[in-house]
Amino acid sequence: MKEELVTLKIDDKEVKAKKGMTILEAAKEAGIEIPTLCYHEKLAPYGACRICSVDVERKGRVHVVAACGYPVEQGLVVRTRSPRIDRIRKTIIELVSCTIMVDGDVVGEIRVLADEYKADIHRFESRFRASPTRCILCGQCVRYCSEVIGIHVIGFVGRGVDRRVVFFPQRAQFCPTCQECFYLCPTGKIAAETAGDTFPGFSIDDYLSGKMLIK
Amino acid sequence: MVGVSGLVDKVVDGYQRDRDMLIQILLELQRGFGWLPEEALNEVSRQLGVPLTRVYQIATFYKAFSLTPKGRHLIRVCMGTACQVRGAPLIRDRVQHLIGVEPGGTTPDMRFTFETVNCLGCCAMGPVMTVDNDYHGHLPIPDVEKVIGVYK
Amino acid sequence: MPRINSPSELERLREETRGKRDPNKPCITLCSGTACHASDSESVSEAFGRALKEKGLEGEIDLRRTGCHGFCERGPLVVIYPEEICYTRVKPEDALEIVQSVREKKVVDCLLYTDPVTGARIKREPKIPFYENQQRIVFGPNRWIDPKNIEDYLFLGGYRALSKALFEMSPEQVLEEIKKANLRGRGGGGFPAGRKWEETKKTPREPKYVIVNCDEGDPGAYMDRSLMEGNPHSVLEGLIIGAYTIGSHEGFVYVRQEYPLAVENLEIALKQAEEYGFLGENILGSEFSFRVKIHRGAGAFVSGESSALMNAIEGRLGEPRMKYIHTAVSGIKDRPSCLNNVETWATVPLIINKGAEWFNSIGTDKSKGTKIFSLVGKVNNTGLVEVPMGMTLRQIIYDIGGGIAKGEKFKGVQTGGPSGGIIPEQYLDTPVDFDELTKLGSIMGSGGMVVMDENTCMVDTARYFINFCCEESCGKCIPCREGLRLLREILNDICEGKGKENDIELIEDIAETMRDASFCALGTTAANPVLTTLKYFGDEYETHIKEKRCPAKFCKNLINYWIDSEKCQACMICLRNCPTEAIQGGKNLLHWIVQEKCIKCGICYEVCPPRFGAVVKLSGEPVPPPPAPGTEVVRKEGG
Repeated sequence: MKEELVTLKIDDKEVKAKKGMTILEAAKEAGIEIPTLCYHEKLAPYGACRICSVDVERKGRVHVVAACGYPVEQGLVVRTRSPRIDRIRKTIIELVSCTIMVDGDVVGEIRVLADEYKADIHRFESRFRASPTRCILCGQCVRYCSEVIGIHVIGFVGRGVDRRVVFFPQRAQFCPTCQECFYLCPTGKIAAETAGDTFPGFSIDDYLSGKMLIK
Repeated sequence: MVGVSGLVDKVVDGYQRDRDMLIQILLELQRGFGWLPEEALNEVSRQLGVPLTRVYQIATFYKAFSLTPKGRHLIRVCMGTACQVRGAPLIRDRVQHLIGVEPGGTTPDMRFTFETVNCLGCCAMGPVMTVDNDYHGHLPIPDVEKVIGVYK
Repeated sequence: MPRINSPSELERLREETRGKRDPNKPCITLCSGTACHASDSESVSEAFGRALKEKGLEGEIDLRRTGCHGFCERGPLVVIYPEEICYTRVKPEDALEIVQSVREKKVVDCLLYTDPVTGARIKREPKIPFYENQQRIVFGPNRWIDPKNIEDYLFLGGYRALSKALFEMSPEQVLEEIKKANLRGRGGGGFPAGRKWEETKKTPREPKYVIVNCDEGDPGAYMDRSLMEGNPHSVLEGLIIGAYTIGSHEGFVYVRQEYPLAVENLEIALKQAEEYGFLGENILGSEFSFRVKIHRGAGAFVSGESSALMNAIEGRLGEPRMKYIHTAVSGIKDRPSCLNNVETWATVPLIINKGAEWFNSIGTDKSKGTKIFSLVGKVNNTGLVEVPMGMTLRQIIYDIGGGIAKGEKFKGVQTGGPSGGIIPEQYLDTPVDFDELTKLGSIMGSGGMVVMDENTCMVDTARYFINFCCEESCGKCIPCREGLRLLREILNDICEGKGKENDIELIEDIAETMRDASFCALGTTAANPVLTTLKYFGDEYETHIKEKRCPAKFCKNLINYWIDSEKCQACMICLRNCPTEAIQGGKNLLHWIVQEKCIKCGICYEVCPPRFGAVVKLSGEPVPPPPAPGTEVVRKEGG
């Protein structure tokens, strides 16, 4: 079956893409960079970080969508940068900085984005009164373990601001100790909180005992 | 715990071992045990063939599930918008002051579990507090102590 | 009961049922919805049973426990047929007298509804202003139906629409009728149901699913609950018609677990529908087969979002999915799934029976038909009301709602739940429909309408909704999770007198990001209450931040309770009731509150006899010094 191609515009550049691709995938192929924090090419699009937000114009109306999930369409007009998009990315970095700051700074891709979008990572500090978790809940570790490795040793628990990622010691015997989750983590939390051990150092028991939810 | 795997087996069977019914199965186990012991969660994962991570993800997401045993009596103060404007926060604070636990908690003597709930749908009687299956509507703050005192 | 296998068998059964019921035989109907149940309608029912037995009238007078009538403020409600005599706030001890009056064809005057203005007693239910101004096309039948008895529904004409759809119309014709009727979803989104049905129908994938969303999560809204409890068959009939139209053979009803009576009555209804042949294989002898499964929620507001609900039905976590591809195309297990709200489905049989043209004659240009609202809060007549789209807020709140309770002044009306806003007095003449309230910055939503008076603090109200959404957020995406967390802290600070100069700017910035970039509608609309209160009640925010004062005298940290020495009559009531012994004074000696010990519980304010009214709330002003200990009270005449 011949694959259907569509033509769309990304940042004034005409791009051809296969039907069924997402804006993010089409942009990548065309060499256009859209930042992401929770995206991984081996994983199903998750849409949690919202950093890949872009402006799309459709039937005369412009709205914001997540590029990692939005399917390409014939005639779609996409802008990966705009005052609104830039402000969204800036604010997202500022919102999430409070919980991941270590020694007064952020690291990795988040540091790069903070610089690019001129985020003030201390902006909301005075109003952040929870214990920092060092986790942006991007879910790459959880999703990789379930979708790619298929072992389900690490998972999400809780809801809202009490949502956490935990390791399940009762599943430890199945863990292939590939330490992929360590490498994927954008904040370096997993590596930092594992005392040279094989498995991530925060377990379901820590969550259930309430240790992870103390303010 | 004796009988955990037996009850899980029975409930899972009742839903034809259908994985789609995971949440329904957990609801029934919550009702049967009064809470969800660790052993029950492990059994559900094993018998239904769903990842343990998913069972815990669901059990910790929903308010209906408790992973710790609950008290003999359940106090619920409705915090729906209508009750809110009719003074529910003062009722909640009064209960908290009287029994010494925050909403979500259980008293150390296991007498009361205290919860706030978002709308019981009895807005005409607001503010509303329920203890077990008893509804207490138009509740004046001074009466709260007397009302919960009845439940041993 | 043998299954009904054809339309003519159905009509024959209906005729038989009607033949068996004497329209002149007295019938005592008792509202038994959850709200009246909470007012102990159970005991009233037992009392009636005993009274009828005692008088030997069980064969002569029928007793029927029906669904919610809507006038919840006056429950338990009793309506006597055929005269339609309505009794309000009925107690078990009234039962005997009522039974006797039915037998003697008399009326118990003291139990009749009394008009608060004229003092006139109104005998007939439809003449009570609360009901007279409504148009109860969907909700009305609740008062005639025992939800546990399908024959009541058949008596009223139930399942005729289904029979008509299956045997006189093709699925395409039913679809056209629904599209022509301009039926918009009543769950909050207002999306045209016909379009959704069509998209599901046209997607070339099998199997297809239809779903009833009974997860009703807006606090203060309980329309769906009362409809599902009181007339489950109306919802079912609509669902089956929809399934036939779309080509679905499996349906789901997702009900909040907080609604046990709705689940119970629905289970009974499903069983009876199957028995009678309205569900299962070859419905009414047609070629169409359809089954329904119930899924209960487990206590999460976000799971009422359509894609989250479908995840839950799949046994996965009930958090939302990306909906760039409509669930009508790819829903449960990637299959075309059509989800509609309880009220939407319940409206379908009416449209099929009476036609799209009739439906279009009610309502406004873009919003056809009626809508059920839960009118609650500081209003006199709290309850569920059904009115044509386009009736104004003023008409609903004053003509039907009876105006503001306790003679207080109207301040605002909150519509649309946590996704909506608070509308101030100057917009009371706005017609209520899908679009007009949106222009003001709120939404009609699922129908929650909370009336607020001068004692309601708007900043606290915004804080309340933000707190609600913060607790209910699934936590998946950053803007919603982290945005709500911070908004909650900022609003808490403002309510506690710790607000800062640039807080409004911070709030607006966070709100904008949430609105633009959140994963689902919970996040994108969560800031609406804050934004509308800033727009219409901005000065209240200023007052809290700059003056550390709460005009409504609600925010605990910004108020003090104080006993006015000129009014205190030393009755000792407040002193005795104070839980922290913060009140000093004694018999004949003026009372005064030791501020350091006061926990602001509000008890003294409530127990001080209204004729003294000596306990006063102060905000933004210093507390006057206490009287010298031992000061005797000055007795007022008649005090």
